[in-house]
Amino acid sequence: MSQELVLGIYVFIMAMFVGFEVISRVPSVLHTPLMSGTNAIHGIVILGAMLVAGAADTPLLKILGFVAVVFGAANVFGGFVVTDRMLEMFRKRAPETTVEKKNA
Amino acid sequence: MLDARESAIAVAYIVAAVLFILGLKRLSSPATARSGNRLAAVGMALALSVTLLDRQIVSFWIIAAGTLLGAAIGIYFARTVQMTAMPQMVALFNGMGGGTAALVSVAEYLRLTRGADAAIGTGEATSIVLGTVIGAISFTGSLIAFGKLQEILPGKPLQFPLQRVLNGLILLAMIVIGGAIALHITETSAIWLLFAAALVLGALFVLPIGGGDMPVVISILNSLTGLAAALTGIVLHNQMLVVAGVLVGASGTLLTLLMSTAMNRSVANVLFGAFGATSESAALQATGAVRTVRQTTAEDTAIALAYARSVVVVPGYGLAVAEAQHTVRELATDLEKRGVDVKYAIHPVAGRMPGHMNVLLAEANVPYDQLLEMDQVNGQFAQTDVVLVVGANDVVNPAARDDPSSPIYGMPILDVDRARNVVVLKRSMGHGFAGIDNALFYHDNTRMLFGDARQSLVKIGEALKTA
Repeated sequence: MSQELVLGIYVFIMAMFVGFEVISRVPSVLHTPLMSGTNAIHGIVILGAMLVAGAADTPLLKILGFVAVVFGAANVFGGFVVTDRMLEMFRKRAPETTVEKKNA
Repeated sequence: MLDARESAIAVAYIVAAVLFILGLKRLSSPATARSGNRLAAVGMALALSVTLLDRQIVSFWIIAAGTLLGAAIGIYFARTVQMTAMPQMVALFNGMGGGTAALVSVAEYLRLTRGADAAIGTGEATSIVLGTVIGAISFTGSLIAFGKLQEILPGKPLQFPLQRVLNGLILLAMIVIGGAIALHITETSAIWLLFAAALVLGALFVLPIGGGDMPVVISILNSLTGLAAALTGIVLHNQMLVVAGVLVGASGTLLTLLMSTAMNRSVANVLFGAFGATSESAALQATGAVRTVRQTTAEDTAIALAYARSVVVVPGYGLAVAEAQHTVRELATDLEKRGVDVKYAIHPVAGRMPGHMNVLLAEANVPYDQLLEMDQVNGQFAQTDVVLVVGANDVVNPAARDDPSSPIYGMPILDVDRARNVVVLKRSMGHGFAGIDNALFYHDNTRMLFGDARQSLVKIGEALKTA
């Protein structure tokens, strides 16, 4: 095993503990935004796609890189925008303001 | 030693990883959640910008073109999608991420194994195999889930003979090919075979799963994509990618466990049980006696609601189908003006994804402190005057609590049958996802109001004005 592989596994396991700790505090009200927010975060694989696309020297690698970047970008941008749209709705409103809105 | 540029990239990646964790931490409260998502987006922007400084990148036009196209598609759908269509949107974006991870793994394998002096260790090759397989399964699996939720494909479980045998054979073939790749005893083109087999398996594995099990399936697919991303990070020696991927994997795994617990079923049973495939269950046939339901009208319901002190609304997938979230909120506002206390009871698996009902009601401006979880609300039903069930079925079926012969026996439910009055808004006497009869409908204190949920709510609202 290479030194870097060992480091990767190390980080993997530590991140697992952090992940479970942080995520288990998310209330069920926010489970959909959690899912779509983490969805956007895993779009980070696009950086692998960027490295492939940017270093591609054969037509095959270029095509693979391009498709991967398109998928990744759709995942990242779409994911963050849709999560933001969702969370915007989760603002706590005072009852008075909703009544005013009704009357207006 | 890293030079200045490489050090800058490394530091920026560490900062990005920290921002992801801080962003997720802020999701622990609705008040801070939006800023948390934005914090994670900042981390993403930082990570992607510094990646462009990497010396490995010699050409930018493919990256630029791909990013522009992908971002345009992603943002367009993210802005235009209806909140009721959120489960399929999440499935689709999830599939994109899985596809990216698989393609990157394949490309990385082709790059590393070029030439005579192929410099790839067994550990890296194993990560590539797993990244390819998991990413590809997540890709086609998510697309099938999208198709089912979008109703392009039938929501019912699709089964064919020897399905499990076929899945088993594909899995076996994948293990053989994957092992051969990891041990370098095969042509490099075998990676394509592995990729193709994983794509097929992903589709076959979601096809036989019914629509109502989607909360579990989407959670699993989410966690698989995270895992695939983390494996890609190991291959690329990028620890930030590992951290980000594992965070997503942990989130998906936790949600999977929560959802299957809320259905009182094991994850394996959801994946391989083809629940809901048999529409006529034993429990239904066993009840030979003819039982009658009592119908009610919108006017009577309006009067019952107007003179109630406390009302609990129980939303289900039918609310999403009828897009009745705004109508229900308007009715609740009118009732509140009359001094009625209105709350909403949310079952963990109501709808098609974790938290589905919460998002719909938030869209309709329902304050989140009126949304009660199962444990909070179950003790209150005995003191509730009227429960309004809008498009929910299995999650309010008392058979899950009282009838050991019921297929859903043991599933935690909302005890709405303990309320003084129950009004069920329903299209017809059709069965819920589990395909079983609902004992609640025959209760003495239950009244059925047949029709489209939204139209029924509108009628109740009109009748309320004169009540």
